[in-house]
Amino acid sequence: MGPQADFSQDNVGGAVTLRFTGSLSLSCLKDFPDRLRAVPGKVERLDLSDIQRIDTVGAWLIHRFALEHGAQIDGLKPDYAHLLEQVAKADQQVAIRPDAQSPLVRVLGEIGAATTVAFHTMYGLLAFFGGACVAFFNVLTHPRRFRLNATVQRFEVIGVSALGIIGLMSFLIGIVIAQQGSVQLRQFGAEIFTINLIGRLTLRELGVLMTAIMVAGRSGSAFAAQIGTMKLTEEIDAMRTIGVSPMEALVLPRVLAVVLMMPLLGFYSGLIGIFGGGLLCWVSLDIPPVTFIQRLREVVPITDLYVGLIKAPVFGAIIGLAGCFQGMQVESDAEQVGKRTTAAVVQAIFLVIVLDAFFAVFFTWVGWG
Amino acid sequence: MGFESIISVRGLRNSFGEQVVHEHLDLEVRRGEILGVVGGSGTGKSVLMRSIIGLQVPDEGSVTVFGESTLDRNDQDVIAIRRRWGVLFQGGALFSTLTVAENVQVPLREFYRELDHALLDEIAAYKVVMTGLPADAGPKYPAELSGGMRKRAGLARALALDPELLFLDEPTAGLDPIGAAAFDELTLSLQQTMGLTVFLITHDLDTLYTICDRVAVMADQRVIAVGTIKELLALDHPWIQDYFNGPRGRAATASVESADARAAARAEPGTSN
Repeated sequence: MGPQADFSQDNVGGAVTLRFTGSLSLSCLKDFPDRLRAVPGKVERLDLSDIQRIDTVGAWLIHRFALEHGAQIDGLKPDYAHLLEQVAKADQQVAIRPDAQSPLVRVLGEIGAATTVAFHTMYGLLAFFGGACVAFFNVLTHPRRFRLNATVQRFEVIGVSALGIIGLMSFLIGIVIAQQGSVQLRQFGAEIFTINLIGRLTLRELGVLMTAIMVAGRSGSAFAAQIGTMKLTEEIDAMRTIGVSPMEALVLPRVLAVVLMMPLLGFYSGLIGIFGGGLLCWVSLDIPPVTFIQRLREVVPITDLYVGLIKAPVFGAIIGLAGCFQGMQVESDAEQVGKRTTAAVVQAIFLVIVLDAFFAVFFTWVGWG
Repeated sequence: MGFESIISVRGLRNSFGEQVVHEHLDLEVRRGEILGVVGGSGTGKSVLMRSIIGLQVPDEGSVTVFGESTLDRNDQDVIAIRRRWGVLFQGGALFSTLTVAENVQVPLREFYRELDHALLDEIAAYKVVMTGLPADAGPKYPAELSGGMRKRAGLARALALDPELLFLDEPTAGLDPIGAAAFDELTLSLQQTMGLTVFLITHDLDTLYTICDRVAVMADQRVIAVGTIKELLALDHPWIQDYFNGPRGRAATASVESADARAAARAEPGTSN
């Protein structure tokens, strides 16, 4: 890449001259800038007649040095002189970093911004819910505008494809409940109550809740990322211009699909959970399947199943709305897609758990405890 | 001829599945020239550029840049070659999480860790000015910039390492005529200042007429002709005739002829063949 940039100092009759040699280019600089900066005192002349090459970085260093020391530049070839001239022309006051703020102001600013964002999100989510409701009623009154194909396609993506992972998860949860429950209940000689635990917990709470978390992670995030990317590539704008409502074409099929799939998946999850728990009871507690099922029918009220099935579509709606809403909020760049996808999942799971608490209180109150 | 060739492509073949994009493609780029590459949509201009810069591995053929093959090399060698060129992608391809100044500094930080912050900032500052960005553009994020400014910022990043060779993929696409003309002038002045060789893909006839030394025409899966526009016009290929003698081509010729006097007065030695 050429010889290293170098210079030597001459003192001719009191006038200091720096003689430069080598290639004043980026790849040959090494410690050249530091050494140049360390040159003390006044320098009258910069002799560049012996250099092999110079690029803009070299030219910049020479230009700065000449400016700071009031030195005169000699011996440049015309081409290089032109380069130096151009670089000198580019020496202007330019902002490189954002203005620094005091930490206090920044922290206060961030708190304020976070608060406004939180309220805006809440407001936006409500408005979005309203928009989705309006779209839903529009579709109800004009059933031909309903996108059956898009919705059914989502059934597969949200429901059928999730069967494997949700089944495995529920099976393991059933086993864990049975195993942990039996260990604790054995201390009281009440191992048989493990069946109550499995039946009631999976049908009432865990089946639906874990399914909701899984669906939020699988499908809620996908909604946000898909719609967010479409927003970036202006597909959503194109839809609006053509006269297709994104609410009807994108949001409604997704939300409806997840609302319809959630009870099915929740029910399936409950069944597999019971199956897993029953298997463990059989293997490690010697409770035969017949006894297990008989006991299950005695101790698990049918309302437990209703509780689970009522909660599931509500959770589904929350997951779908949060995913689509966050996707629609994407603007400007790719980083936002990631952020919004995360937000969609976090928001959905948080809201699901909050609502689950409300449901627990409500169902106890109506006597389905 | 006595020209030193800086890029040399021989017998290149590229295909995607069944679709063959290039077949027996040859191309020479000479040191210090601005080579315009034209061709209809889908003739593989961008694929050719990607093959030369090593983003696309061709099925057959050889690609030599600076006299060294870029194919089948180990990473270390390829990086050494890559330092010597800069690439401006169509959309600018700026890193969206970094400011413009940080974008310009990325290659410098990667390859020259010994440079201190003050010098890095100075380098970013003059590159920003040289590429014609406004003085307050440095701390901005790409999302805050207009399309034209994003291209300039992309150019500033491509020029960060003071490359000898510059690849531009449709630099003036999507710019208004004034912005496009300014970008052409910028390319030309940078080429003269820094002694660059420029490989320029374009659809812009004005760009071809005003700044390109030679033009390579792509059709039928290869480069069918390379030469100055005058030489190309003398050829009897229907696509070339349509391209340069269509309504837009004629308009560009006319505007260039009227500006010829100015151009002649301004012409610098060594830029015309």
